[in-house]
Amino acid sequence: MIEMETMNVDVNQQIGTPGSLDQLFIITKYELLNYFRSRRFLILLIIGLIIDFILTGIIGYYRPQSFLSSNLSFYGGWVGQSITFIIILSAIFFGGDSISGEFQNKTGFFIASRPIRRSSIYIGKWIASFVASLLIMFIFLAITIANGIYYFGYSIPYQLGDAILFSILYLAAVLGFAFFFSSLFKSSAYSILITIILFLFAFTLMQDLISSLVGIEPWFIITYTAGIITNIFTVPFPAHIVHSTTQIGPKRTIFTTTYNATISEGLIIMAGYFIISTILGLFIFEKREFN
Amino acid sequence: MDDNVIEAINLTKKYGSFTALSNLNLNLSGSKCVGFLGPNGAGKTTTLKIFTDLIRPTSGQALINGIDVQRNKKKALSDCSALIETPEIYPSMTVREALSLVAELRGIPRSERGSQIEEVVAEVKMTDWLDKNVGKFSKGMKQRVNIASTLIGNPSIILLDEPTSGLDPRGMAEVRDIVKSLKKKDRLIFMSSHLLNEVADVCDEVAMIDHGKLLAYGPLEEITDKFSTVDDSAEAQFSKPIDESINRQISRINNVVSVERIDSRSVRIKYTGGLQSQEYILASLAGMQLGLIGFKSSSTRLEDTYLNLIKETL
Ligand SMILES: Nc1ncnc2c1ncn2[C@@H]1O[C@H](COP(=O)(O)OP(=O)(O)O)[C@@H](O)[C@H]1O
Ligand SMILES: [Mg+2]
Repeated sequence: MIEMETMNVDVNQQIGTPGSLDQLFIITKYELLNYFRSRRFLILLIIGLIIDFILTGIIGYYRPQSFLSSNLSFYGGWVGQSITFIIILSAIFFGGDSISGEFQNKTGFFIASRPIRRSSIYIGKWIASFVASLLIMFIFLAITIANGIYYFGYSIPYQLGDAILFSILYLAAVLGFAFFFSSLFKSSAYSILITIILFLFAFTLMQDLISSLVGIEPWFIITYTAGIITNIFTVPFPAHIVHSTTQIGPKRTIFTTTYNATISEGLIIMAGYFIISTILGLFIFEKREFN
Repeated sequence: MDDNVIEAINLTKKYGSFTALSNLNLNLSGSKCVGFLGPNGAGKTTTLKIFTDLIRPTSGQALINGIDVQRNKKKALSDCSALIETPEIYPSMTVREALSLVAELRGIPRSERGSQIEEVVAEVKMTDWLDKNVGKFSKGMKQRVNIASTLIGNPSIILLDEPTSGLDPRGMAEVRDIVKSLKKKDRLIFMSSHLLNEVADVCDEVAMIDHGKLLAYGPLEEITDKFSTVDDSAEAQFSKPIDESINRQISRINNVVSVERIDSRSVRIKYTGGLQSQEYILASLAGMQLGLIGFKSSSTRLEDTYLNLIKETL
């Protein structure tokens, strides 16, 4: 009996620093705790709910044909337009200063000087913001589906499932990109501002300019790939390249080309953004000095 | 391996053309408190940041218990904790949560976490604040929580970077007491400071640094003996007036260099030989039945050493 006890004590004393994966999830856990108490999480949740309630009200009151002609157009109209917006906001709110803030607010010093790999900190934080964003996305979708069931019963088109899967991958990509971007900065405010400018204006602007003026497919711009989330609700799926001519005078016509990412293209580019930006972000965070 | 070792080998850190740390070689081991003394900008924080992998050396190595911090930070710091400058804690966290985070990262079993957190919080006198959010704390309170966090897991090596900076005089005294109490256990403490009296008060040994260069390292006594150009002095007070003959009598005590009258009942005695001779002189004075009622040594030798050494690097 006494021997057993001394053995136990020995075992306890030899418990060392946990593995890097365990530490990563410890970071995730406390980061989530911090998120759930933060104003940002609440604001984002409220934005999602406001979009839900506005749509609920408009559809209930005006009964627009564009929504109510079929369950596909219903979910397409509701999810296709809003979910990428919520995902972009998640990237701004959770990713924008995720790493830069740790430097500026000196909160990074509290953890980084302890026996933990920097990659565990980076990935742990990333997973926390991914989970927090997913939570908001799922709450948004729950209300969407509740409305859909009200109008169309339990027949939910498989395209909604596809759109949700694409959205999850898109979320990973934009969060990965936002984390990478924020690892380049020292100031919280700047990195948030730049994330906002990029995702809300610059990317869509570049995408339009490149496709309409230069006439090449803007496949390398992340927001372009989000088209598959909207287009999946269109049957048949829109053509990859659409040429159109517009008559603007007796002898003048304008030729425009618009591009739609194909599903496989969209998924590959999203995955590519996620993987490459995460590797770059990890590399930069690993190299950065805490000054 | 029971011995605690911190070793810097040719440690150099450059920022562009500016050398913040130049070929630092230092080997600290055993159970004691070593003061890392130098004026602002000397390179103290730079050194301690390299030892915790917050920054990387331009060249050279930082080893903790023989393990290179740059190569294997996690293992090197597994029995070492550090407080560098004043880290911030997420404002929405309570003291208990912040310390649980550290305890979990250090692998303290769940069953011991609660009691250990309460223990370290008591040590820094923050028990009443255990479940309060860190966000509204004053700098001094945050610093205490930070110090508490370095005690989690009972590490054998503790690095402290100016732990009293930014605190009011009472806070400074309390933090010094905490550091002194840390010495009771088998620990190697390496504490930076730009305050001479702090190092003299708390530490057993001193490493002096300026302009990124190590100037001297050794036990306080040894360093002052080697580099001080002034003698120790003490003020002795008596209940009766002192006359010339008594003065001469005092002068004859071993190691006394000179005796000066301050007023009719007190004299300043200059002497050599450090603490040992101070003890001997006090005992002799008491034994002479002159009515000794006070004896206050006012050593300026460490200060003199500090100034002498720093002058040389200017
Ligand atoms: N990131 C940095 N870039 C340039 N110089 C720096 C940087 N960090 C510190 N220094 C310089 O290195 C020197 C040593 O700084 P530091 O180690 O913080 O001094 P101490 O802690 O002894 O006061 C100072 O002259 C400081 O200005
Ligand atoms: Mg400093």
